[in-house]
Order: sequence, then structure tokens, then C-alpha cells
Amino acid sequence: MLSPVTDPDGAPFWRYAAQGELRVQACADCGEPRFPPRPCCPHCQSFASEWRRTSGQGRIWSYVVPHPPLLPDYAEQAPYNVIVVELTDAPRIRLVGNLVTAPDAPLNSLSPDRIRIGAKVQAVFGPTGLPRWVLERP
Amino acid sequence: MAGLRDATAIVGIGETPFAKRLPEDEKTLACRAVLAALDDAGIAPGEVDALASYTMEETDEVELAKAVGFGDLTFFSKVGYGGGGSCATVAHLAAAIATGQATVGVAWRSRKRGSGPRPWRNTTAQLPTPAQWTRPYGLLRPVDEIAMLARRYMHEYGATRDHLFNVALACRNRANQNPAAVMYDRPLTREMYMTSRWISEPLCLFDNCLETDGALACVIVSRERARDCRHTPVYVHSAAQGLPAQHHGMVNYWNDDPLTGPAWTAARHLWKHADFTPQDVDVAQIYDAFTALIPLSLEGYGFCGRGEGGAFTEGGALEIGGLLPLNTGGGGLSEAYVHGFNLINEGVKQLRGTSTAQVPGAATCLVTAGEGVPTSALLLRS
Ligand SMILES: [Zn+2]
Repeated sequence: MLSPVTDPDGAPFWRYAAQGELRVQACADCGEPRFPPRPCCPHCQSFASEWRRTSGQGRIWSYVVPHPPLLPDYAEQAPYNVIVVELTDAPRIRLVGNLVTAPDAPLNSLSPDRIRIGAKVQAVFGPTGLPRWVLERP
Repeated sequence: MAGLRDATAIVGIGETPFAKRLPEDEKTLACRAVLAALDDAGIAPGEVDALASYTMEETDEVELAKAVGFGDLTFFSKVGYGGGGSCATVAHLAAAIATGQATVGVAWRSRKRGSGPRPWRNTTAQLPTPAQWTRPYGLLRPVDEIAMLARRYMHEYGATRDHLFNVALACRNRANQNPAAVMYDRPLTREMYMTSRWISEPLCLFDNCLETDGALACVIVSRERARDCRHTPVYVHSAAQGLPAQHHGMVNYWNDDPLTGPAWTAARHLWKHADFTPQDVDVAQIYDAFTALIPLSLEGYGFCGRGEGGAFTEGGALEIGGLLPLNTGGGGLSEAYVHGFNLINEGVKQLRGTSTAQVPGAATCLVTAGEGVPTSALLLRS
């Protein structure tokens, strides 16, 4: 499986995720959250930023179900889902992830016909430190 | 301001055969396409002083120039973002020639995407920052990234798989008229489409472009010079690039309105500098790496309103005789996928009156580059 190849802007996100926290970058001057993280604020051009804790709640904005040809580790689990989640705390921040039945469940643990755009989901953290998502009402 | 409007013209086009596998390498194919385009124009290689291609092009200017015998080059440019750069290669040459930096420009693309590797399989050389936010979750290929937007588009506007099929069918029908097309002898039916294998739901096999080996080129000169060339000049009427504010490429999930992409930005500039409107476009060559890009582009370039791109495809609108005949050589879906360069050459053929699926009396053509990435577009006129 691929691990995040991170950079100075993105590293704090993964550091917090490894601690089981879903945080997003926000401007320390004007307060606007932004994603993906970047060196300065596109609204006020400030270089000061903070990492704001989120509730980890969101709704499914869209999803796909990839089928082969895929990289081998992913092909083994295909078809699986990839979702985009719109965060309740910051609706323009949408995180790509997987909808699973439990924090350590495989990518294909949830049947694709259970997925609906608009469904409420909650972030959980698996053994790899990646945020993952479970249905609020399974 | 006169600007670029009709200041330059495409006077030569050339292309190699298209196939899943061609024996020659990309450099040789590039040379063949470029020399064919110059021959078509009736211009000697020694007269070429400007080049433009894609940043993904593997044959560089030095290699091409020394092989085919170009003269001294005074302008050369490469445009990024894969298929988003196709029309910009012509636009950069048009700007260079209109401003006196060069006199004869060649744009080209040579690619062995049919027999060569799939770029997404390379896990070490990925697109820079977005990859960490998407790839670990298995959003691996361009089709996965675009399928995400397609699903949302279908959800918001009620577009259906039948709308996407209309796109695939129009391209395939034109390819069935074009002996050079990879899918020339392979008709498509609704049954085939609806029962084909998924690639990334909601997109199936026939929503994806071909994987092709091939090369194409075209030659651009000033309008004055164009009058002395072999064929009817095809004027570059208007040209634009488009990178919208807060755009994120194919993973455009992180702004207020992810379904409004680069097409909208390019279109605003394109029409601002044009003497005609979308209603005056006789034929369109719209970048079709995926069928789902067509409804978005139809909206972006102003052929219909927001959310109406799916419905626009109904009633044979994209077929010959329809509201907007589309990708009349077969496009990336059914002629060849060479990063959209075949759409430029097909636009020229339509305005010369030599297409294998000729739109009667076609005098205006829109050509677009990839939607969903920083893009570019051309309005051509005869
Ligand atoms: Zn700010």
C-alpha cells in the first residue's frame, strides 16, 4: 500500500493523524481554513498558520469504486471505495478517504451499495495512521 | 486591440498512423509528423524558427531540430499539465509570430502511450503535492480522479450514463467514418456500453479514451504568409489558456465549486476576443480523455447552461447534423489518444473541408484541451 509522500506543508497533518487527531491548517491572522496546506493564506497573504482540531464529522460528497487495472496491493482489494468527505466544521474542506466498517478493516470491507452521497460519516484512525471513515449510522 | 485575432493561421498538418503499438520510437514518430506537416504546408524545414510542445513531450527541441534540419530557432516553448497544453502550443506560436519573435512555428506531440507504460503505475515520480492526499487511499489513476467529479455531477444535475454513452457513441460513429481511426471498423452499441466492465464506477471502459502510439504536428505562420501556402489558411481567431483561482487539477475537490473548472476560465477569455459566439460554432473538437469531460466542457464553453451538459447530448446533438457535431475524427475516445493533438488537426481538416465526417460548410471550429487540468482552447475559422 502507498504511504503519504509528504512535504513541509503537509507534514503536520500526518503528525496529528498519527496521534489520532484530525486537524486542518487555518490562517492564524484571518482565521480561514485551507486545504491542501500551503505556505501562506490565499485570502490575506499571511504566513502565520495554526492547525485547528476538527470534530471529525462530515458528509460524503462523492465516491468512486475503482476496478483493475490497479497497483497490486489495491487490485487485491478491488472493487473498493474511495470517498470525498465534506467536513461539517469547514464545508469547503473535503478529504479523500475510504469508508470502512472498522478502523482496521480492509478497503473493501463495506459493500459499495451501502454508500450514499450525503451520508454522515465520522473519522477514525487505523493502524497506519491514515484517517479513515465509518458511517455514523451503520 | 487587434491582438491575436486572425493574425496567424495553421497552414500545415501532419500525422503518423495511429495504433496500439507502432514499431518506431517517439523521436522518429515526431520527425515523421513534423516533416509531414511542413510538406503539407509547402514550407522547407530550414525556414522553421519556432517550436512549441508539451512539458511531457520526450523528444526535445535540440533532438528534433538537428534531425529534421530546422533553421536557427528564436522561440521555443513547452506547456505543462498534460493534455491541458494541447491548444496552448498553437497559442504560444501564434503569440510569438504575431509579435514578431518568429515567422514559422511548428507544434507537435509524439507519444507511445499505447505500447509504453501507464504513467500512474510509477509510484516514485508522482504529481507533487496532491498525491499525498489521494493516492494512499487508492485514488490512483486519472480515471479515478475524474470519476469522483463525474459522480458528483450526476448527483447534482441528474445526468445519466445514457448521457455519457451519447458522447462515446458520437465519437465512435465519427471514427467509423475515419479510416485512420483506431476504432474505424469497431461500431459501438448501447448494449456494449451498458454491459462493459467498470474501470472506476461510475465510469466504464467506453468512458475512457484509447491508449495509442502516434504523433501529430501542425505549422503556424502569419496571415500574410499563409496566403502563399498550399492549402486554405485556417485562422487562429482566438486563443486562451485557463487556470482558475483555487484550482487543484484533476483532484479539484477543495474549492467553493469543484464542478466549475478551467474551461470556464479559458472560455471567458476566448469569447471576449472573438467576433462570434458559441451559437455560431459549426463543429467542436472537445478534449475527451473521459466522456464525463464533455458535459462539463459544453457548459464551460457556453453551449448550454450550468447543469445542462448531460441533457445537451440528447437527440443526436453531437452527431453530424446535430446541434454541435463533436470530435469528427473520432476524438481521443475512438480515433487516437495523443494528448488531444488530433483534435487540433481535425479542426483544421473541417475548415479545409477535407474531414472524413465533413460538416457541410463548416467555417468555425472550437478546439479544446483537457478540462479538469489547467487548460487551453482555440477558436479556428476559415
Ligand atoms: Zn488569512
